[in-house]
Amino acid sequence: MLRGGKDAYWRRKAKEIVEKRAREGTLYDGKAIENVRKGLKQWEDAFYGTRGAAPADEKRGFQTASGIPLKPLYTPIDVSNAEYPDQGFPGVYPFLRGVHPTMYRGRPWTMRMFSGFGTPEDTNKRLKLLLEHGETGLSVAFDMPTLYGYDCDHQRAHGEVGRCGVNVSSMKDMEVIFDGIPLDRVSTSMTINAPATVLTCMYAGVAKKQGVPIARLRGTAQADMLKEYIAQKEWVYPPEAHLRLVRDLMVFATKEMPLWNYISISGYHIREAGSSAAQELAFTLADGFGYVELGLEAGLKVEQFAPRLSFFFNSTMDFFEEIAKFRAARRIWARVLSEKYGVKDKRSLLMRFHTQTSGASLTWQQPLNNAVRTAIEALAAVLGGTQSLHTNSYDEAWALPTEQAVEVALRTQQIIAEETGVPNVIDPLGGSYYVEWLTEQIEEEAYKYFDRIDSAGGLLRAIKTGYLQREIAENSYRLSKRIEEGKDSVVGVNKYAKSEKKPIETLKINFKAQRSQIRRLAAVKLERNQAKVKAALSKMGKAFENEDANSIYPMLEAVTQYATLGEIVDEGRRVWGRFEEPQIL
Amino acid sequence: MAKKTAAIQKKIRILVAKPGLDGHDRGVLVLARAFRDAGMEVIYSGLLPSPEQVAQMAIDEDVDVVALSLLNGAHMTAFPKVKKLLDKMGGKDIVVVGGGIIPEEDKPKLLKLGITGLYGPGSSFEEIVEHVRGRVRKERRRE
Repeated sequence: MLRGGKDAYWRRKAKEIVEKRAREGTLYDGKAIENVRKGLKQWEDAFYGTRGAAPADEKRGFQTASGIPLKPLYTPIDVSNAEYPDQGFPGVYPFLRGVHPTMYRGRPWTMRMFSGFGTPEDTNKRLKLLLEHGETGLSVAFDMPTLYGYDCDHQRAHGEVGRCGVNVSSMKDMEVIFDGIPLDRVSTSMTINAPATVLTCMYAGVAKKQGVPIARLRGTAQADMLKEYIAQKEWVYPPEAHLRLVRDLMVFATKEMPLWNYISISGYHIREAGSSAAQELAFTLADGFGYVELGLEAGLKVEQFAPRLSFFFNSTMDFFEEIAKFRAARRIWARVLSEKYGVKDKRSLLMRFHTQTSGASLTWQQPLNNAVRTAIEALAAVLGGTQSLHTNSYDEAWALPTEQAVEVALRTQQIIAEETGVPNVIDPLGGSYYVEWLTEQIEEEAYKYFDRIDSAGGLLRAIKTGYLQREIAENSYRLSKRIEEGKDSVVGVNKYAKSEKKPIETLKINFKAQRSQIRRLAAVKLERNQAKVKAALSKMGKAFENEDANSIYPMLEAVTQYATLGEIVDEGRRVWGRFEEPQIL
Repeated sequence: MAKKTAAIQKKIRILVAKPGLDGHDRGVLVLARAFRDAGMEVIYSGLLPSPEQVAQMAIDEDVDVVALSLLNGAHMTAFPKVKKLLDKMGGKDIVVVGGGIIPEEDKPKLLKLGITGLYGPGSSFEEIVEHVRGRVRKERRRE
């Protein structure tokens, strides 16, 4: 998948699904299905008459957001091919119904609210507030300069420090963010990719200072570079260089930080960039297979690293299609790892994932409606069996969220968990004619994409030629046009619109963060041992130059000597250069 | 007079750009396609150009319009910078429009600098395209 090559496996899988659809399964006997067929015919004749159940005369056309055409009603006929082992039991291969045998009865999902803004002090305060309100996992957002590997005093950072997240220019900032938060007692997700190795080292450095062994650290620094080229576009170096750093991190963490989920393979950004549910599923899983191949190339055994790969999906407005996507994802991952990569160990077959409700679905207009959207999306994630969840705040189409908006978002999860009764039964939509049918449809779409990507030369090539980026851009334009033409509704935007001046209060970020960050960075540079910093950076640079070296050990040394983020990333710029995106217009 | 009418009706050349550290290109790519479908010649800056590079590109490509988009909150630094650079480099007649997540209170200052449009999420293509056409017509009449 990573480097391409025609593999008949993908085409065979897609064909298998189609062929199975034509066959009869064992769950329903032929006679029972015949009776349903007769009943359905009578029902259609009585209520739809000669025009049948076709929606041809409807303006909108009935289809999922991905464009899968829908019937008005699903019956046992649509799942008459069902073989129960395909669906199975939670915690049992192929895990369609969930990764744990007890699911939310044993333990609710982790409520993990993404937060970070302004100065490290601001973020520290917000994290502590969330912990007080019952949040169970931390999640940190960084600002643009940090995400692109520039220090706060760099010319390109001007005006951007602390705007979209917290700024981290050296390990000192990380110490402030986690001040008073014992790192052995929380799990932390850091959304960072291009400089993920540096931030992981800084987090490990803070743990060491707190006296916490790094082997006990739990959490993730996203580190999913493939989706950066596909969708989020926050890269520094060419793909090969970034993948080499990811490889080093895999090898390092397998040995030193065995509880750390070192790659969080993300469909979230692929979806936000405008892809369909089927594309999100296919491109994300393709990336997942890519990392499996990367680990194998590094000489690791799948059993050593697959349990440390976790996933991160989007949940947006087409309720049932989202649920089908989550369920399909688990089944594809387990099957492909078992069948194609020969994995036996059960833990390596489990797809565990975090979900975030869709930022792109939030509207600037009538922002309070966003609380409702988020609740519906969160419910889909829970029905899809997510392991952790972030719910967006209603004001996020305007700015970073206020405290009040964040609280409502967290309460939304608590209401689903504690008032609705939804978590009482595992995979409650399993067996729904519609949901099982849709799960299979979307699975088929995914296998077709795997085949296309592999045939086109694999992920690396598909990224460099812009194939995946163009697929997403085309779909995104299709969706925008559908809204513009009124084929899809967005309440408050192309329907029920009204003019409003300033409906909500929003969070303001000023230049204070930039000034205080620059001051702290200057102090760090003054206080550190310059000779040691220089030696550590040079050692790390040499490791960068040597393809066979592991660069994480010298990087950890460099961050603990307070080499800055920018200095470390610059060493890489010197060795590997930059990446220019192919023309995707 | 005929010459002037022809000039006014000439195809609009538009540079679509994100002048900052912001990879969120969904909106800008959608807009680029919408401008293209509306009959304009579209040039896309690619990702992560500095304000200096955007201004240089606008001059080199001899565009009528620069359409700026930022979703990262840095518009108050980056948009005025592009405008000032354009003025300095002899591109005073280039129409500058902007969009993204721009709070109401920031708008007067940008408008005063001649950066108009300032469309937020959910704006219609039609409205945006019309705004661009209107401003170009006005600019061309002035010439």
